[in-house]
Amino acid sequence: MRTQPSVEVGTEWGIVSARQAGRELAKEVGFNNVDQARIATAISELARNIYLYTENGVIELEVVEKDALKGMKIIARDDGPGIENIRDVMEDGYSSSGGLGAGLPGVKRLLDEFDIESELGNGTVISTIKWLR
Amino acid sequence: MHSSVIDYIHQRKTHYITKWKEDLTQLVFQQEGLSDDLTEDITNEMIDLVFDGLFSEEHEQEERLRRFADRLSHYGLPLSDYIRGLQSMRQTVKSDLDAQYSEGQVAAFEAWLDELISKLVDAGAKTQERVIDLQNVALKEMSAPLIPVFDRISVMPLIGTIDTKRAQQIMENLLEGIIEFRTQVVLIDITGVPVVDTMVAQHIIKVSKAVGLVGSKCIIVGIRPEIAQTIVNLGIDLSKFSTTSNLKEGVETALAITQREITPLSTS
Ligand SMILES: Nc1ncnc2c1ncn2[C@@H]1O[C@H](COP(=O)(O)OP(=O)(O)OP(=O)(O)O)[C@@H](O)[C@H]1O
Ligand SMILES: [Mg+2]
Repeated sequence: MRTQPSVEVGTEWGIVSARQAGRELAKEVGFNNVDQARIATAISELARNIYLYTENGVIELEVVEKDALKGMKIIARDDGPGIENIRDVMEDGYSSSGGLGAGLPGVKRLLDEFDIESELGNGTVISTIKWLR
Repeated sequence: MHSSVIDYIHQRKTHYITKWKEDLTQLVFQQEGLSDDLTEDITNEMIDLVFDGLFSEEHEQEERLRRFADRLSHYGLPLSDYIRGLQSMRQTVKSDLDAQYSEGQVAAFEAWLDELISKLVDAGAKTQERVIDLQNVALKEMSAPLIPVFDRISVMPLIGTIDTKRAQQIMENLLEGIIEFRTQVVLIDITGVPVVDTMVAQHIIKVSKAVGLVGSKCIIVGIRPEIAQTIVNLGIDLSKFSTTSNLKEGVETALAITQREITPLSTS
């Protein structure tokens, strides 16, 4: 298992470098064009949420293996305000910022595994995996 | 620094200059394609910077440093050569002073020179920042051009990442250009946009609506197959908006909307 250095998302440029790092790793792992685009888009959503709703956060990328499967793990970790009602934010169209509200439900559909843990006042950790097939 | 030290340095000025010119010239000559005259100029300027610095006011010195840093950057000369030059200068003067003055006074001279070096580095960094700012402005100016291609038809090719600032620029350029060129159909080409996430999609939707409000029609062209897939995954519905897969089809659609078409000339 190889861990990439995490990418800080402090500015909009942080979003760009996070998804660039993600795309590179995805290419290395062997994902096809469409999956590379899915991974880059998912990272973009997670990173933009960190940029918009928190002060500080990182995107961590990791290559994972399970049985004969190889995949890429993307973790978005922040110490922001947390999410009060996870069911709400996973609903298509829910947005507190006048956005489309498609980000989080979209990430879940773009990738294969999606897990969200959040504590009010303590931040949010979103763990996702895309498997290579 | 004690005034007698300054006086002493002043007295020995010619000696230092001769010695230092040798050192500096070597450094500057390492740069290819620099004329002798220019080398001489820059060397003299550097020497003035140090010696006048000893006798002039603080703010004058800052202005001088800034101009000097600008010139180095203009000629593409690395600051590090000059810092090395200043270090060699420090050695020359220090060994000279050591024989005459107390440790404290020599230290005061060194502190002064250190200060000059860090100011030079600051000035160099500021110059770099200004260059980057200018490049950003230049980039911004060409980041979202609206190009009239036929009567009443314009194209806006978007290449690269779309951030908040650029999104704003796209909207402004589009609405202004539509009026200016009397555009009836505008083709927004996103072939060169690497990632279409919800923020970019939302912006495209906003732009389409705004274009509609000023009485024109917007066609999104260049949606690559993988982008089409991610848009669907995100659950974004672009079916209400005109899209074509490439610019050629977009132009044909735009011509049809404005009741024209391209036909080959009949050969008689
Ligand atoms: N890291 C986070 N910390 C705190 N709140 C968050 C975080 N990420 C998302 N949220 C909340 O969840 C809501 C839904 O997020 P989601 O990304 O799905 O939509 P959005 O960001 O509002 O719009 P968009 O469609 O542009 O992504 C946000 O409006 C925000 O209130
Ligand atoms: Mg979002």
